[in-house]
Amino acid sequence: MFIIDFNKLRFLVCDDNAHMRRILRTLLHSFGAREVYEAEDGATALEMYSHYVPDIVITDWSMPIFDGLELAQMIRQPDGSGNPYAPIIMLTGHSEKRRVMIARDAGVTEFLAKPISAKGLYQRILNVVANPRPFIKTKNYFGPDRRRNTNNAYIGVERRVGGKAEIVQQPSLLDKARSGS
Amino acid sequence: MARKQPVEIKVDTFRDHQVITQPNPLRKLVRPADEAHLEAAVARAEQALAGLSGEFEDWMNVECERLSAAYAAIARDGLNGENREELFRAAHDIKGGAATFGYPTAAAAAESLCRIIEHAPDLARVPGELIMHHVNAIQAIYREQSRIDAVGMADQLSKRLRGVADEYLIRVNRDRPEHLEAVLAPSIVPEG
Repeated sequence: MFIIDFNKLRFLVCDDNAHMRRILRTLLHSFGAREVYEAEDGATALEMYSHYVPDIVITDWSMPIFDGLELAQMIRQPDGSGNPYAPIIMLTGHSEKRRVMIARDAGVTEFLAKPISAKGLYQRILNVVANPRPFIKTKNYFGPDRRRNTNNAYIGVERRVGGKAEIVQQPSLLDKARSGS
Repeated sequence: MARKQPVEIKVDTFRDHQVITQPNPLRKLVRPADEAHLEAAVARAEQALAGLSGEFEDWMNVECERLSAAYAAIARDGLNGENREELFRAAHDIKGGAATFGYPTAAAAAESLCRIIEHAPDLARVPGELIMHHVNAIQAIYREQSRIDAVGMADQLSKRLRGVADEYLIRVNRDRPEHLEAVLAPSIVPEG
C-alpha cells in the first residue's frame, strides 16, 4: 500500500457547482492538501492552470463558457506554452460509455463518477501520482496512453504502426517504491 | 512541489506515433505505508464530509429551486436552447450531488430526467407530463425526506419514472441506433 504527501500537491478544481467545489475542497484539505485553487468555468480554469501550474486538475464535464472536455483539449497542447502533461481527473455525472470514450480521446487521465466518495477520489489521485502512463502523440491525439493494460487476449488489428513490442512503458512508481530504488 | 517544466523527456518515434516518457515530477510524494494509513486518510475525509452534512439540506433546497425555476422558465417562455440547457444543468447537478447530500432517490429521478433531455429526438415533443412528473418527484422526495415511509416510496417513485422514461426513449429512438445504444447501455465507469 502507498500513501501520498498531499501537502506538497497543488490542485486545480473546476466545477460550476459551488456545492461540489466545497465538497472537493473539503476532501482534499482533509487528505492534507494545502493548495487547492477553484474555478467555476473552463475559461477561468485555463487561466488559473497557466498561472498556478497545478500538479493535478480535477474537472467536471459540464461547465459554462467551455466545458471540461474542451479544457482537457486545451491543456493537452504539446506545442503550447503550458505544461501539457498534468494529470486530469474528470469527476462527472456523465458515465455513459460514449461520453467516457470522448473524454478519454480528449486526453483525460482518470474518471471518477459522481456521487463522489472519499476513497474513490483518493485512489484516482494515488493512481495518477504513482502510476503515470506514457504520453502518446499521433496525428490526431496527444495524451496519456489510452492502453492501460497489455491485453494478450487481444486479437484485433494492431493500429499503431511500429509494433507494440517497441512501446516503452514508463516504469511504475509503485514498482520503484517496492524495490526501494 | 513539481513546479518546473518536465525535463529529460524521452521520445520514441514510430512510423505513425510517438511515445513520450517524462520523468514523474510527483514521484517523491509517494511512500509505502500499510493499509491502515489509507483507511485512516479516507476515514478523516469522510468525517470532514460529515462535518458539512448540516448544510446538505439547504444545498439540496437550492438545487431543487434551481430545477423548479428552470422548468417554470420553459413553461412561461416556451422551450429554447437556453432554458433547455439550464433544465439539463439543474437536473445534472442534482444527479451528481443529491446522493452525497443524502437524497439518492432524487439523484435517480434526476438522472432519468437527464436521459430524457439528452436522448429525446425533440424535447418539445416529449409529453409534458413526463418532464413535469420528474420535476415534481424530485421536489417531493426532497420535501418528504423526513417521513418514516418516504424512503421506500421515493425509491418506488424514481424507479417507476425511470421505467416510463426508458420505455419512451426506446420507442422514440428505434431508428437512432447511437441513442438507443446509449439508452440501453449500463455505465462503464467504476464508482467509488
